[in-house]
Amino acid sequence: MESVNELVTILPAIIIGFAGLLVMMLDAYIENVRLVFRTTTLFTLGALGIAINDMFGHSGEAFYGLITYGGTAAFGAVLVLIGTLVTVILSRDYLEKTGSHIAEVYSMILFGTFGMLILVSANNLVTLFLGIETMSICLYVLAGLVKNEKKGVEAALKYFLLGAFSTGFLLYGMALLYGASGSTFLTDIATLDDKGMIYWAGVALLLVGFFFKISAVPFHMWTPDVYQGAPTTITAYMATASKSAAFVAFIFVLSRALPEARAEWGDVIWLFSILTMVIGNVLALVQDNVKRMLAYSSIAHAGYILIGLAAGTDAAYSAVLFYLFAYTLMNLGAFGIVAYYEWHKGLDFTEVKNYAGLGFKQPVMGVLMSIFLFSMVGIPPFAGFIGKYRVFAAAVDEGLISLVVVGVLASAASVYYYLRVLINLYMHESDPGITLIRPGVLYSATLIILAALTIYFGVKPGDLTNLLGSFKGISY
Amino acid sequence: MELDWYLSLSAVLFTIGVIGVLTRKNAIVVFMCAELMLNSVNLTLVSFSAQHGDVHGQILVFFSLCVAAAEAAVGLAIIIAIFRNHLTVDISQINLLRW
Repeated sequence: MESVNELVTILPAIIIGFAGLLVMMLDAYIENVRLVFRTTTLFTLGALGIAINDMFGHSGEAFYGLITYGGTAAFGAVLVLIGTLVTVILSRDYLEKTGSHIAEVYSMILFGTFGMLILVSANNLVTLFLGIETMSICLYVLAGLVKNEKKGVEAALKYFLLGAFSTGFLLYGMALLYGASGSTFLTDIATLDDKGMIYWAGVALLLVGFFFKISAVPFHMWTPDVYQGAPTTITAYMATASKSAAFVAFIFVLSRALPEARAEWGDVIWLFSILTMVIGNVLALVQDNVKRMLAYSSIAHAGYILIGLAAGTDAAYSAVLFYLFAYTLMNLGAFGIVAYYEWHKGLDFTEVKNYAGLGFKQPVMGVLMSIFLFSMVGIPPFAGFIGKYRVFAAAVDEGLISLVVVGVLASAASVYYYLRVLINLYMHESDPGITLIRPGVLYSATLIILAALTIYFGVKPGDLTNLLGSFKGISY
Repeated sequence: MELDWYLSLSAVLFTIGVIGVLTRKNAIVVFMCAELMLNSVNLTLVSFSAQHGDVHGQILVFFSLCVAAAEAAVGLAIIIAIFRNHLTVDISQINLLRW
């Protein structure tokens, strides 16, 4: 019975893993893509419901402490599952319209999500490594989903080679930390007294590995290429679910395994945060391709999130979690709209100038895009503003004034490239020959819900921030 | 047991792997260098494990071997897909996406 209880402890991950296997079998024996899609949606929805319920108090250990679940980990699971659910729903229409709707997509997404769920609840270097790799290997496959699309396959190759490279650093860091402390448990590594050179080399390599996964400058080279080349809804998945999972795991590693070295890694993250914000925003300014612009914007967002990690207090961590939530909502939405414009085969909607006048052709989509982009800029009353405000406020409390100044200036610069999309959508004359397809009910309803949540948590963030603030006792 | 020798060997192998990834042009060779990095880490883990008299390090090695095998399967499939599309596996010529 003990083992059954342990399975129940991380029920969302078990459900998703089971659903992945089930969907794979369904595809092999029944070959009905619609059925596979429905099964995937249903199981993801169930897992999301359970994960949301788990945020309120359910917590526990499983598998001899390899997994700890509850509080922050449950919130990470919620973020990952929101990303997965929206990706699955948007992918169906997008892949059908672009003519590459194959059922394997859903099982790969589910297995990737399983890896992310393990990653957010990992309390040991072994589970951490397995979570990251299960997630990454599925993402390599998903990036190269369309086999005869040159750019997609190229993106997959670049992602794969740099991913394998960064795995080497991550694993070397883990090996050295294990060598220094003699244990693979995060909490045991924290109790180490004698910190020699092996320990510090391990910390440095582990940070490099994580910086690759969260695409901090200068380890961001793969991000724009992969985000541009991969199918757009899959890009949304990589940009939101996998990044949220990596950030939650990063918080756990920093707060559980390396709390005593906070002064040292605080300085390192301070530096990388500034680099990421400045370079991410500056390069986003010069992009003409919308997906590539959003890729650089997600790098810039990683920079803002790193401000919170550099502050390293409980308040800062809960601000980071809120930021990740807002980031997930608005990025899923923005990539969803970009994917919608890409439905139109034969029309080229990759460059920002081709968006001219589209805002009036399908007014709902135009308005939704405006909401998501304004939220990314950080304009009230959207959730992106609250996220930025809380991260900056937590950093000011820790005396990181210079970091906040750079952050505010960088997000002021970001107004240019976000508004450029809107100016094209609304203020330029459109080509009268273009007619846009009406999006399906499910597709537009999903995007409308995302926009509604963006506004709701921008106007009334109190409940969520209180909940996130209450996590510190059980999770760090 | 002289732990230092094992650690130095694996550090040298790791460095060779890093230099290989950064300088070589053939996708398969780059991938082999990445695998070399992983395997040098396995050597580190095994030697630490023997030093501490603790089995956790070796367990991690087993998992990292599995991961490396899965990565090789996916990676070689991607390289085949690249070759079918571009008729080359020279990464300096695979450059549709830049800046």
